[in-house]
Amino acid sequence: MAASPQAAVALPRARLSGGAGLAVGVSTAYLSVVVLLPLAALVWATHAHGSWQAVTSKQSIAALKLTLLASFAVAVVQAIAGTAVAWTLVRDSFPGQGAVNAVIDFPFALPTIVTSVTLLALYGPRSPVGIDAAFTRWAIVLALLFVTLPFVVRTVQPVLIELDQEMEEAAASLGASSLTTFRRVVLPNLLPAVLSGVALAFARAVGEFGSVVLVSGNLPFKTEVASVYIFGRIESGDAAGAAAVSVVLLAISFAVLLGIGAFRRRVTRHDV
Amino acid sequence: MIEARRISKRFGDFVALDDVTVDVPTGSLTALLGPSGSGKSTLLRVIAGLERPDSGSVLLDGDDVTLRPPQKRGVGFVFQHYAAFKHMTVWDNIAFGLTIRRTPRATVRDRVTELLELVQLSGLAKRYPAQLSGGQRQRMGLARALAVDPKVLLLDEPFGALDARVRKELRLWLRRLHDETHTTTVIVTHDQEEAMEVADRVVVLNGGHVEQVAAPRDLYDKPANEFVMSFVGPVNRMGDAFIRPHDVEVLLEPNGSTQEAMVERLVHLGFEVRVELVRDDGEQLSAQVTREQAEALELERGQIVYVRPTRQTVFSS
Repeated sequence: MAASPQAAVALPRARLSGGAGLAVGVSTAYLSVVVLLPLAALVWATHAHGSWQAVTSKQSIAALKLTLLASFAVAVVQAIAGTAVAWTLVRDSFPGQGAVNAVIDFPFALPTIVTSVTLLALYGPRSPVGIDAAFTRWAIVLALLFVTLPFVVRTVQPVLIELDQEMEEAAASLGASSLTTFRRVVLPNLLPAVLSGVALAFARAVGEFGSVVLVSGNLPFKTEVASVYIFGRIESGDAAGAAAVSVVLLAISFAVLLGIGAFRRRVTRHDV
Repeated sequence: MIEARRISKRFGDFVALDDVTVDVPTGSLTALLGPSGSGKSTLLRVIAGLERPDSGSVLLDGDDVTLRPPQKRGVGFVFQHYAAFKHMTVWDNIAFGLTIRRTPRATVRDRVTELLELVQLSGLAKRYPAQLSGGQRQRMGLARALAVDPKVLLLDEPFGALDARVRKELRLWLRRLHDETHTTTVIVTHDQEEAMEVADRVVVLNGGHVEQVAAPRDLYDKPANEFVMSFVGPVNRMGDAFIRPHDVEVLLEPNGSTQEAMVERLVHLGFEVRVELVRDDGEQLSAQVTREQAEALELERGQIVYVRPTRQTVFSS
């Protein structure tokens, strides 16, 4: 008897192994409890009370605008300054480097309200350095810069350590100046990490409360950021209005983060 | 012509190069051969300007370039681990040296197309380095280095990260490429077979010194010293004399000048057979015979044979 021409029998599709299935289950449950449920509750609370008009008040729109603008500015500054700091920590060597490296995480360890008090003492009306920025928008940016410092530094640092320095030597031997090498070879390889750091810094800046609340002065239409405005709504018994503004803030942040993510995928399309 | 004059270079306590002088004639393909730590890569990097020597000078076609940065030396450099620009396509990698010089677009297109053909990567221009095999990546590295018409081409263990078969192919291919272009080329390698096969001159380095400079054939037949003798091929030692395994004659009967030995192992290498022997004084000896000879002698393990060198080298100390 001749062998069947259909000798190759299709095997059943491999399914997730037991371990992988467990990991998916645990992740889903964990994310649901920790993130998704609270977010859903927030949206539900807003919707149930029909409090969307809280969002469209002039004061609320001003606060949202200020928050997004300040966060955007902070993200841009951190992209440049954070990369520069990471570069110095990885590529240069100087006495006290270890200490400087440790100090980078300091803003995370400091209770944010302490940051606010410290900044107020340093850059407030009785400033020992002669700079009075208290109750201005500059103070907000300053506070946000302080609390978001570690993000870009800490995302870029490991990538810079791993970066193949022979690429830079190759560029040099092909005639590229250090500036050209940085622009055409180093930066494109750092960009994904910079964007990750920027996304984290932006998200943190959008929701930041403690470090801003004292130095900003919370003047409506002038220096009142969204988180402080939301806190004000809660204090005056309008929890539903607070939830509504939060939902809008979250939605805008989500859109920005998705945008950064899409751009990041675009610049990493060569990693196959 | 590349002239490296009295180059010394230390890394901390480690002396990589100790007063090394090497000339590379224009149009030649010279190999820097040595074990790891011999200073061969450091010398290449000094020539490229990627490393600055502590003392000594480098001349390219008579110009002293010792203090000139790599950008202005007009050298092409090929790295062991490719150093591919991983965020650029094959096309952009090869075009890099041209585009940063603001070369007209049409010229870039023609040159890159020509180079892609030369390195047999024409169909892969739009791929990223991560989508290429090691051999393809290295050919891309070569094309990238050649794009700017370098005065000299420097290759640092270019085939070291590739598997044996691809390595052999690329070696032959590099030799043919050199025969066509005649670019002055220096290749660093720790593999004596690679050096012999590809280069017309071999500089043997060891511990930061030059041991010998010779054509591959002379290196094998007339090694300058013990180090070169044992580095460029397998060797036996009998007293003060050094003997290549193929210069050991294996006989079944003693004839006065022979020494008794026992066959310990037979290694079949296709056309040839390596006979591992133990001499009556307990020393190891290896002999290389053809398969016909081995069959005629009916060699087998444990057998007693009689050996004598047909050719030996003694170095005066």
